[in-house]
Amino acid sequence: MTTATPVPMSPVGVTRQIRYRDAINEALRQEMERDETVILLGEDIAGAAGREHLGFVDSWGGAFRTTQGLIQQFGNQRVLDTPLSEAAFVGAAIGASSTGMRAVAELMFVDFVGVCMDQLLNNAAKMRYMFGGQVKVPFTLLTRIGAGFGSAAQHSESFYSIFSHIPGLKGVVPSDPYTAKGLLIAAIRDDDPVVYFEHKGLYGDMGLVPEEPYALPLGKARTVRQGTDVTLVGISRMTWVCTEAAAELAKAGISAQVIDLLSVSPIDYDHIIDSVRRTHRVVVVDEDTPICSIASDICARVAEEAFDHLDAPPSRVTAPHTPVPYSRALENYYVPNAARVVKAVQGLVNRK
Amino acid sequence: MELDRDNLIWLYRTMVTIRRFEERGIPETGQRRMSASVHSSAGQEAVPTGICAHLTKEDYIASTHRGHGHAIAKGVDPKLMMAELFGRTTGTNKGKGGSMHIADMSKGMLGTNGVVAASVPLAVGAALTSKLKKLGRVAVAFFGDGGANQGVLHESMNLAAVWKLPVIFCCENNGYAESTPVEYALSVPNVADRAAGYGMPGFHVDGMDVFAVYEAAGQAVARARAGLGPTLMECRTYRYYGHTVFDNPLTYRTKEEEAFWRNRDPLKLFRERVMPEGLLTAEELDRIDRETDQLMEDAIKFADDSPLPEAPQLYEDVYVNYPKEMMKRGANMEI
Repeated sequence: MTTATPVPMSPVGVTRQIRYRDAINEALRQEMERDETVILLGEDIAGAAGREHLGFVDSWGGAFRTTQGLIQQFGNQRVLDTPLSEAAFVGAAIGASSTGMRAVAELMFVDFVGVCMDQLLNNAAKMRYMFGGQVKVPFTLLTRIGAGFGSAAQHSESFYSIFSHIPGLKGVVPSDPYTAKGLLIAAIRDDDPVVYFEHKGLYGDMGLVPEEPYALPLGKARTVRQGTDVTLVGISRMTWVCTEAAAELAKAGISAQVIDLLSVSPIDYDHIIDSVRRTHRVVVVDEDTPICSIASDICARVAEEAFDHLDAPPSRVTAPHTPVPYSRALENYYVPNAARVVKAVQGLVNRK
Repeated sequence: MELDRDNLIWLYRTMVTIRRFEERGIPETGQRRMSASVHSSAGQEAVPTGICAHLTKEDYIASTHRGHGHAIAKGVDPKLMMAELFGRTTGTNKGKGGSMHIADMSKGMLGTNGVVAASVPLAVGAALTSKLKKLGRVAVAFFGDGGANQGVLHESMNLAAVWKLPVIFCCENNGYAESTPVEYALSVPNVADRAAGYGMPGFHVDGMDVFAVYEAAGQAVARARAGLGPTLMECRTYRYYGHTVFDNPLTYRTKEEEAFWRNRDPLKLFRERVMPEGLLTAEELDRIDRETDQLMEDAIKFADDSPLPEAPQLYEDVYVNYPKEMMKRGANMEI
């Protein structure tokens, strides 16, 4: 069992800071420069498609500007604006990836996956197995998660757990610019289908990012804060809710280790279990809903594999089992925050 | 597009191979209690044969749940297909796919598919690969009259038309989606009528007549190869058996209707065309029949003599690269 932390907190000897959004853009750009079979398909990823003659080129650059500037460099045969047809273009990206391309398709919000789920579930995930290993599907799906923006129930979900449940798919949840770039490069280079979850609340975050291309390992977590009394596991933006809670807990004399999960398939259980064996307590903080979730899965795994090391039941702080509400008055209760994490930890520590 | 003697022999041999595979292989699969999910394309042989006659090994096809004929016409070895139906390691898919997932990437065969119309965008994607890499290949998306009403087909036709991709959308209209008659489920008289909605040519042909299919497909394939974009061709055909071979089609269609179509059998029509014209003799055609019978016996023996997969195969080929222990961790597997 590995116990080392293979993904560092931040790169060594780097001084350049860029935003999460720009780290994604840079990863796409560098992979498209490296490998001409890398193509990008999605709705409005360039914008104003077909209006080049009117001077509109990349006037839009993607709903969150993550693909801005790519069409100028790579042209409209590699940066393909699509009709609003997720089933067709996600399916076509899977078909292209199984015949020699390395296609990256963008699903604007993960909430929209219903319209193309069949292609992900029945083709991307299963083709290699059903075909007896004859085919590789080096396909990447970019999509977005995250509540907290008053976008209501159809533009705010975080249900990466649906994808983790499907054998044949991999998934990553980068939490900062450094992991955003390294995990996207890894996802594109990987020979299996990978779903890459961008968190809308992180786009503006700055962080140290090497200029050269680099791939971080898929399926590996990292420790972002050391501690001895409790293990907090964060997923995507929840990692920073965990560190905020850890700072609060420190004031009360409770030392929390914070693990940033980074991958939701494969899940780095060993990293978590190794930590729990030392801290004897675990709280998983997940913006996804609680039933059949990553948080539930990690708790089950800890209970199975580290039962004798636990001083308290494995615990979760998650969104409720409800859709995401619109009003900020409600949404603020929906998304897990540091106060809820602190309270949950105190409950475990004070348990006698 | 003149057909020479070798072409004619290929057309006939391909159709007979499909017919014999369905009528011999499927009952044998049933006898081995391997699967009830097997769909016979007997009666529909002229469609894949007439289309694939225009394709090279490098061209792509994406197929349906009723796809044995597509695979055979695209050059997939019937012995390996039989072994696949029997669940053997020597099968096209190492026994992991069965009838509804037969694939042979070395032959451009992107798989039969268990979800109606789900394979259509795969053909569109393969055509995109061909266009971007300038490979000159075309892709055929087969679907049925049931698939004609699936949203993903319509999105795919629009996308292929917008991007002028080298795709042939081929509807095998055999009259029934399981038990639902096409005239009940289709909002227009012909599936081909819908081509107009996507700005592509659409036409329907007699799918029992391999010469009619061949000629029409020639135009669609030529158009695709010339970079002029996709075509929708509808082939009117008939399946001789039920949705699967184990259901009774007389619960939704008449004996008279079956007799009508059986009288238009594609093998019979072929003989009636080539023999009077002296292109091929009855003896030559009979010899092909006998050779194909022998091929099926050899295929059955090959499949029976092949090993079944060992238990650890369960965990193979899920991913290119994934920790195997993750596939069974916490599942209390015995292997």
